[in-house]
Amino acid sequence: MTHIDLSVVNWARAQFALTAMYHWIFVPLTLGLSFLCAFFESIYVRTGKKEWLSITKFWMTLFGINFAIGVATGIILEFEFGTNWSNYSWMVGDIFGAPLAIEGLFAFFLEATFFAVMFFGWNRVSKRFHLFSTWMVAVGSNLSAVWILVANGWMQNPVGMVFNPNTARFEMNSFFKLVFNPVAVSKFIHTSSSGFLFASLFVLTISSWYLIKGRHVEMAKKSIVVAAVFGLLASSFVAMTGDTSAYEVSQKQPMKLAAIEGLYKGQTKAPIVALGILNTDKKVGDNQKSFVAKIEIPYLLSILANHSFTAFVPGIDDLVYGNKTYGIEGAASKMVKGRKAIKDLELFKNARKDKNTAKAAAALKDFKINQAYLGYGYLDKPEEAAPPVAVPYYAFHIMVGLGTLFPLLFAAFLFFSIKNTLVEKRWLLPLGFISVFLGLIAQESGWVVAEVGRQPWAISGLLPVKMATSNLDPQNIQITFFMFFGLFTLLLVAEIKIMLKQISTGFEEGGDLK
Amino acid sequence: MGLIKKIYLFYRNGFKEMILGKKLWKIILIKLFIMFAILKFFFFPDYLNTKFHTDREKGNYVLEQMTQYAPHSPMQ
Repeated sequence: MTHIDLSVVNWARAQFALTAMYHWIFVPLTLGLSFLCAFFESIYVRTGKKEWLSITKFWMTLFGINFAIGVATGIILEFEFGTNWSNYSWMVGDIFGAPLAIEGLFAFFLEATFFAVMFFGWNRVSKRFHLFSTWMVAVGSNLSAVWILVANGWMQNPVGMVFNPNTARFEMNSFFKLVFNPVAVSKFIHTSSSGFLFASLFVLTISSWYLIKGRHVEMAKKSIVVAAVFGLLASSFVAMTGDTSAYEVSQKQPMKLAAIEGLYKGQTKAPIVALGILNTDKKVGDNQKSFVAKIEIPYLLSILANHSFTAFVPGIDDLVYGNKTYGIEGAASKMVKGRKAIKDLELFKNARKDKNTAKAAAALKDFKINQAYLGYGYLDKPEEAAPPVAVPYYAFHIMVGLGTLFPLLFAAFLFFSIKNTLVEKRWLLPLGFISVFLGLIAQESGWVVAEVGRQPWAISGLLPVKMATSNLDPQNIQITFFMFFGLFTLLLVAEIKIMLKQISTGFEEGGDLK
Repeated sequence: MGLIKKIYLFYRNGFKEMILGKKLWKIILIKLFIMFAILKFFFFPDYLNTKFHTDREKGNYVLEQMTQYAPHSPMQ
């Protein structure tokens, strides 16, 4: 019998989180800034005004710096899959192979080809072809994100596949279902639009700094108008897709929804917690209060989760122990089925080894009855089916709180820009200056909600994280954890330093990555 | 001038005229070297590839892992 070393699991988790969260500093800026560059250049091509050319080249240079520093930081995640998460990598290789290969092709052909034209092509290709290339870089960057989010969406809601016990792999049986997985679709739209929002905040921050310092005032004001319009539109998308995402989560991952709302006991006409402090002593299944203090908005959680004022929203206790009244099967019952599935899988494996075809076929037939609960069989206790509540709860509320603030900020910047009084609003400019840092907190909180909220699962319901890891010495992972920490910090410092130099140079000298 | 030569000159002149771009390319190359020649080579071997040679062996190993795990609590 094998026992899992939890320190390996936790260090592998920590390393993955560190790498993904650093990687996620660069990605949303690339997604959004590429489109902003395309907007700036479109205005230049349409108006023919040189100031728009300077604006385009300046932001394009910052885009190039971010792209160069961020490129390939995601490859480390793939290294980690092979080393730290070998069971998982083996099992999902067939599912992830197609989307990641397509991502590679898109990234290579679209970005590599048009990226060169974007930076080397000024005065070498026609204005229109250059503009077309800039748009292609934007579209290509965002299409690359589709495939990685298809892969992530599958982990949260595994569809379009069958488990093959002969190879111990999940095998794709419907590419269409994989790509149009509702969780993946809402995840892509939500994530990319949040990237647009983040990049708009980036433009707001740097432009506000120029306005505070009284430098490049006209260029900064023009940049702000475009960024505020784009940011405002992106904010609406983020809010709309956030609603869709929440609905999908409630249908496919009700435990995640319960955790991010701190909802232990399910209820009808469920309110949403607008603000609240969790009771840190509260445990799953006990009778303590969930919150020390809270402010609620009536009915809103029922509406969000089921599009109904009166719908029942299950809490963590319902999902762990079951609730007969509402027909909810608890983790405890699923664990029994999961362990039966593991037993049948073992019978199949042994029968196959003994070349007993009839016995193998019978075991396989029995396995298929309970295979949907396979992952629950690896849990040690029903309470393990719940994620740690505090982390996703606070991350979710920080993300939503900031997400509510951003459209107001964009609207204020746009309003005062139209009235041409922005420079006089000395209270607003510092807010604009810090906005990108708030945006970064919101971005990282979103990642935490998605990934910590789905614990303990690597593949929802089928494979817990602890079964996905390799049999390694935890010290090996600790060493590389700190190496990555050093490497990524170095890259971030390099990015900030090069960007600050470029920002201090300003609009006139920017462009061409020269 | 042939298309291939045009493309070659486009890239050659583009790279030649870079200033900030040169610094960024240096960072990219150093980063890729650290990632592939150091991290991947010394610290991130593919776990299953180091232990097994065929897909069948890898599949059997993972299946073994999946069926031999002993949860800490007994269940009826």
